[in-house]
Amino acid sequence: MEKKDLKKIYHNSPAGPIIFTVLLFLMPVFISSNYIFTIFIMIGFYALVCNGMTMLTGFAGQISLGQATFYGIGAYSSAIVTGTYGLSPWIGMIAGMILGALIALIVGIPTFRLKGHYLALATLGFGIIVYTSFKEMKDLTGGSNGFFGIPTINLFGFEFNNDLRYFYLVWVFVMIGLIFSRNIIHSRIGRALRSIEGSEVASDAVGVNIMNYKLQAFMLSAMFASLSGSLLAHYVTFINPELFGAMTSIYFLLMVIIGGSSSIWGSIVGAATYVLLGEILKQLVPMFLPSAGGEFEIMFFGILLVVTLIYMPNGLYPQFEKLFSKFKKKKEKVQPPLQVGGDRVASGGENQ
Amino acid sequence: MTRENVILKVDNLTKQFGGVIAVNEVSFDVKKGEIFAVIGPNGAGKTTLFNMITGVLPSTSGQVVFENHKLTGKKPYQIAKIGVTRTFQNLEVFSNMTVIENVMTGAHLTMKTNLFTAGLRLPMVVKEERKTMEKAMECLERVGIAHLAYKMSPTLPYGSQRLLEIARAAASNPKLILLDEPMAGLNSEESRQLIEVILKMREDGLTFVFVEHDMETVMSMSDRIVVMDNGVKIGEGTPEEVYQNPKIVAAYLGDEEEDTVYA
Repeated sequence: MEKKDLKKIYHNSPAGPIIFTVLLFLMPVFISSNYIFTIFIMIGFYALVCNGMTMLTGFAGQISLGQATFYGIGAYSSAIVTGTYGLSPWIGMIAGMILGALIALIVGIPTFRLKGHYLALATLGFGIIVYTSFKEMKDLTGGSNGFFGIPTINLFGFEFNNDLRYFYLVWVFVMIGLIFSRNIIHSRIGRALRSIEGSEVASDAVGVNIMNYKLQAFMLSAMFASLSGSLLAHYVTFINPELFGAMTSIYFLLMVIIGGSSSIWGSIVGAATYVLLGEILKQLVPMFLPSAGGEFEIMFFGILLVVTLIYMPNGLYPQFEKLFSKFKKKKEKVQPPLQVGGDRVASGGENQ
Repeated sequence: MTRENVILKVDNLTKQFGGVIAVNEVSFDVKKGEIFAVIGPNGAGKTTLFNMITGVLPSTSGQVVFENHKLTGKKPYQIAKIGVTRTFQNLEVFSNMTVIENVMTGAHLTMKTNLFTAGLRLPMVVKEERKTMEKAMECLERVGIAHLAYKMSPTLPYGSQRLLEIARAAASNPKLILLDEPMAGLNSEESRQLIEVILKMREDGLTFVFVEHDMETVMSMSDRIVVMDNGVKIGEGTPEEVYQNPKIVAAYLGDEEEDTVYA
């Protein structure tokens, strides 16, 4: 069989991602503002978390309301391994990812035995437990005062100690994460995950161990979140439990839904939307409502979520895709509209 | 027939839903390479029987043995691993995938790729993907819908979706396929095509058990038939024997007109 043939199934052209990557990595040549770099670094952190969540939510159909927990586990693992024990940041990063995956396994096994959206409940509850632990285990985490003096990352003596360098570090991780996820989606594993979303009974009948695959997706999402948390810790060098509360988890889910969970690129769109709109709000709101506190953000994103779900239930990314394909002007024909319904009804149904 | 020929042994299988006995001590043997039909009026317990054999429903008592494996108490994915798979009465194609991806998902058990080798896209993964794709194409050719391979599965006509389900089932290299009302909703041309496909696959060594309402199909395709009524087996035999059994004719064939309304 020809090499090209696999591309017939997974035919998304690499042009879009390549242009995006080149533009992104060339950006510092044209813009050198630490403010812009900081924004992009934050987008990168969130995009990594959302990337893992997209695999879980968009492909395995499970909802987690505790992703900030894993984000926090990564951050504190890195902080403790490097700050307290003085080991290499890379060890902290790997330790955090392993710990995150193990915890996801422990939370996931009993949860996935149940049908329905129990993962949301379990992760929400578990998140509160971990958040409280971050606060109360003062010897280890510094409690509510936070953990100070996390060293910066270095690679073979090269210090990632300014915003520009960190910008590249984070986005290299984001890109590796995206490629990793994309590879999974275009493989046996991705098909197994999508088959669960497509039809659970049929998936079971062809031999997909559904619980096992949900668990794997959950563990993977925990590892992505943990990795992102480690990167955050080495960037801000100071962390406190407030960064990893239930609200952060909700914002992560919001980013995934607004960005669009049917494609891993939605994770970047969602993270960028959240960070950019948040920055704009910070500038605009005080102009009109000088006395407004931080709550306006929650309100605004709440409304945005509702509007998105009504007008773009698949999120923003599919809209981007449409726009992009208009520019491409390829001769490819548009897929015919779905024709479900009609004859399906005719099958009638006896004993189910 | 010798004992070794028996591939599936259903032994006193019973299912009780509260006070209702849906399937009552049903026993039969299916031989290798056979096309075996389970018939009966609406509510006879045929689909319940199917769901117990494939592990969707736990049985109240009795057991199912396939070759030397006990299927009772196992989950559907474990049963699939042993070599028993099924199709569904109300189509269950993966509507979020193309036709060929559906069949490649069917080949899930024949592949080894795991999360990490997939993520790193090692050369062995690419090789396996290509091999699986080739195999999926073969399966689609066998049922005659290879030209639809790259279409999204819900865009296919109903009959082709049925064929797709059979191709997907065949992709897992099963020994036994259970078909739940394969002819439901098909026109006569589509039915004829489907019968042809099934007969051809049987020649390749597959065994089929199917539940069906359409008597024409049952009589023309099956080697042996089990007749159920009210959860009980009321007869068994070749199509001719079944037709000549007055008890069966009274219980089931007499109701044929009524059934065709619902079928």
